Amino acid sequence: MVNLDTILQQPVYGTAHAEKTALLADTLRELTLYHDSNCPEYHRILRAFGYTRKRIGAVEDHRDLPFIPVRLFKEYEMRSVSESELFKTMTSSGTTGQQVSKIFLDRQTSSAQSKVLARIMCEYTGKKRLPMIILDTSAVIKNRMMFSARGAGILGFQMLGADRVFALNEDMKLDIAALEAFLEKHSGERIFLFGFTFMIWQHFCKVLRETGERPDLSRGVLVHGGGWKKLADQHISTEAFREELKELCGITDVHDYYGMVEQTGTISMECECGHLHPSTFSDVIIRDSFDFSVCPHGKKGIIQVVSVLPHSYPGHSLLTEDEGVIVGEDDCPCGRKGVYFHVLGRLKNAEIRGCSDTYAEKS
Amino acid sequence: MLKNPEQIEVLCGKLFDEYGSVFPLPPFSQKVCSFFGSLASLLMKHPQSRNYPDVVAFGFFCRQANIEGLRCRYEGQTENRLGRGISFHIAPSNVPIIFAYSMAVALLAGNACIVRVSSKPFEQIEIVCGCIRELLASSEYSVLADYITLVRYPRSRKINDELSSVCDLRVIWGGDSTVEEVRCSPLPPRSNEITFADRCSAAVFDAEAVLSSKSALAHDFYNDTYLYDQNACSSPRIIYWLGDEDICERAAEHFWGMVHGYLLEKYSVEPVISVDKYTAACRLAIEKDMQVIPMPDQLISRMRVYSLSPDLEKYRCAGGSFIEYFDTSLEALAGLVSPRIQTISYYGKLAEKLRSFVIEHRLNGIDRIVPVGKTADFDTLWDGYDLILQMSRRISVQ
Repeated sequence: MVNLDTILQQPVYGTAHAEKTALLADTLRELTLYHDSNCPEYHRILRAFGYTRKRIGAVEDHRDLPFIPVRLFKEYEMRSVSESELFKTMTSSGTTGQQVSKIFLDRQTSSAQSKVLARIMCEYTGKKRLPMIILDTSAVIKNRMMFSARGAGILGFQMLGADRVFALNEDMKLDIAALEAFLEKHSGERIFLFGFTFMIWQHFCKVLRETGERPDLSRGVLVHGGGWKKLADQHISTEAFREELKELCGITDVHDYYGMVEQTGTISMECECGHLHPSTFSDVIIRDSFDFSVCPHGKKGIIQVVSVLPHSYPGHSLLTEDEGVIVGEDDCPCGRKGVYFHVLGRLKNAEIRGCSDTYAEKS
Repeated sequence: MLKNPEQIEVLCGKLFDEYGSVFPLPPFSQKVCSFFGSLASLLMKHPQSRNYPDVVAFGFFCRQANIEGLRCRYEGQTENRLGRGISFHIAPSNVPIIFAYSMAVALLAGNACIVRVSSKPFEQIEIVCGCIRELLASSEYSVLADYITLVRYPRSRKINDELSSVCDLRVIWGGDSTVEEVRCSPLPPRSNEITFADRCSAAVFDAEAVLSSKSALAHDFYNDTYLYDQNACSSPRIIYWLGDEDICERAAEHFWGMVHGYLLEKYSVEPVISVDKYTAACRLAIEKDMQVIPMPDQLISRMRVYSLSPDLEKYRCAGGSFIEYFDTSLEALAGLVSPRIQTISYYGKLAEKLRSFVIEHRLNGIDRIVPVGKTADFDTLWDGYDLILQMSRRISVQ
């Protein structure tokens, strides 16, 4: 079995192409064999697609290993550890309506997720834990009904803060007094802010704009994620979002991230140059939808994500439903090694022809 | 009479203008038959038609010789019949041309028609409506003006209620969820209804015959499947190969090679469909014994199974996803059949064999047995209904 601790000692962004490929190939090959032995559903998929243990064992590039559609976690309860080893189950609300991803975690996987997330975040916030402002409501983690990818994300990130405040009250109203008190208490310190892109726009930026309040967050570093779809629908660009934040509260150290509940921990962070970087512990591969071959850099395709962390469930190599493009590799001006990429959004729903289930569509 | 008439866009004819005074016609009345002959000519001459094979196919259906053929088929059965009165049709929203067939067959059966066409702006609908308007404006066909009303409106229970309340016959296309939704609107006690539920279809191929087939088979198969993203209810999703194992394998290799070549020129798979097809294969792998047969790309997804059951239909996926089964006899086909199975398309001399198989095994599915390439050809016999007889009233005389 791959020793995860050894891998996790690697520098977060220090491994360039050859070294990273070797590291990921070894780790992910072993994870593939491990899940093949321990997750019956995964085993059946590999066999049906002609992946024998011998064939998997011979793989030398992690891009040649099998991947499964991330959507399967919404339909099947797939895990590679016994029920007694389960530590917690993460669920996420998806965009496909009522179906929810169920991710089964044992202690090892869960703690590795936290460690990796902390190591990645240190690269942006520094080694010292910072006072933290969560640009959301505490209701989202208190209320089990609301527990979702948002709740899971906040729970994961909030451990990284030293002292914490929720910027929104339980009615999703900006609690400017609490915010100002927190800033007063930590005056002169760097502040870590976290939230979901659309929530920040809707419940923070818009409110500041309307009320004229201008909290000074110029010492802050903001990490936000959750996708741009809702903002894109309102024709808000990345630039407009950043401009607005800068103007309203002076914050300029802003980082988007790309991650999903199916691969918690190994998020890809946006660097100072606006590129998303997977860490040493994960990778992003762009596949051509025509034949699932690996796209050359610069060509857009379907995003596949791989991560060394998933041990308790077969989520180490997933085909997402997002579209993306690799911008370059090992040569981002920010100095981080590995590929860097852009997410272009979710795959467009097809205009499918055919005679069924049509009237019921929103028309 | 309607509460929100402004929501209804009337493409042809008029709404609710003393419908009570519209008299039913006898099936295949001379005026109606010649109307379709004229419509066929107009459609064929229309400058835009050539861009739309479905419009051409509808024109072909309407041509005089075809209508005359249908009339002859019903000779002796329609003398004591009249249309039921006013028919109200809900056409599916993503097959543009079905509204026209639904209207045609109801009119041929002797009914006045109110047809809700797809709310999507399909050019095909504009072409057909334009030609119909032109004919109805002429003195020759003005008597039919009260018999054809084509409308477009957004989803609306209220409008469905209103139109249902005046109809003698309701025709619902668009599958289970549409049927369920429209059925919320009550019908008058004497009115009846024809519904087109979600269906699923399969093909049976004589492996020996396929081995010696030419590229015309690929073309025909394309028309059955990819032309409508394999999402028409008559598109085969399961292919039953009949023959010895090695012959089936060789035949399948030959067949899919031809289809693949054809698709490279004609078809592109949207990224989300590639993922859907891949997901469908994974799902089937988890739940059934199956082997994915490798293909060079995602145009065709081939999944070989080793037994057939009605629930295989659950693993269907649009856009070129095929479950295949090899066997030396037809027997196992019975295991696949449920009431949801609509069409069996065949290649090789199998029509009689399939017909007797369905009857002898008293199968509760399979309504159509047609050669490859003909699955989408509209006929007055559809989904197990004889539409002309269902849409008319028979007067008993003693």
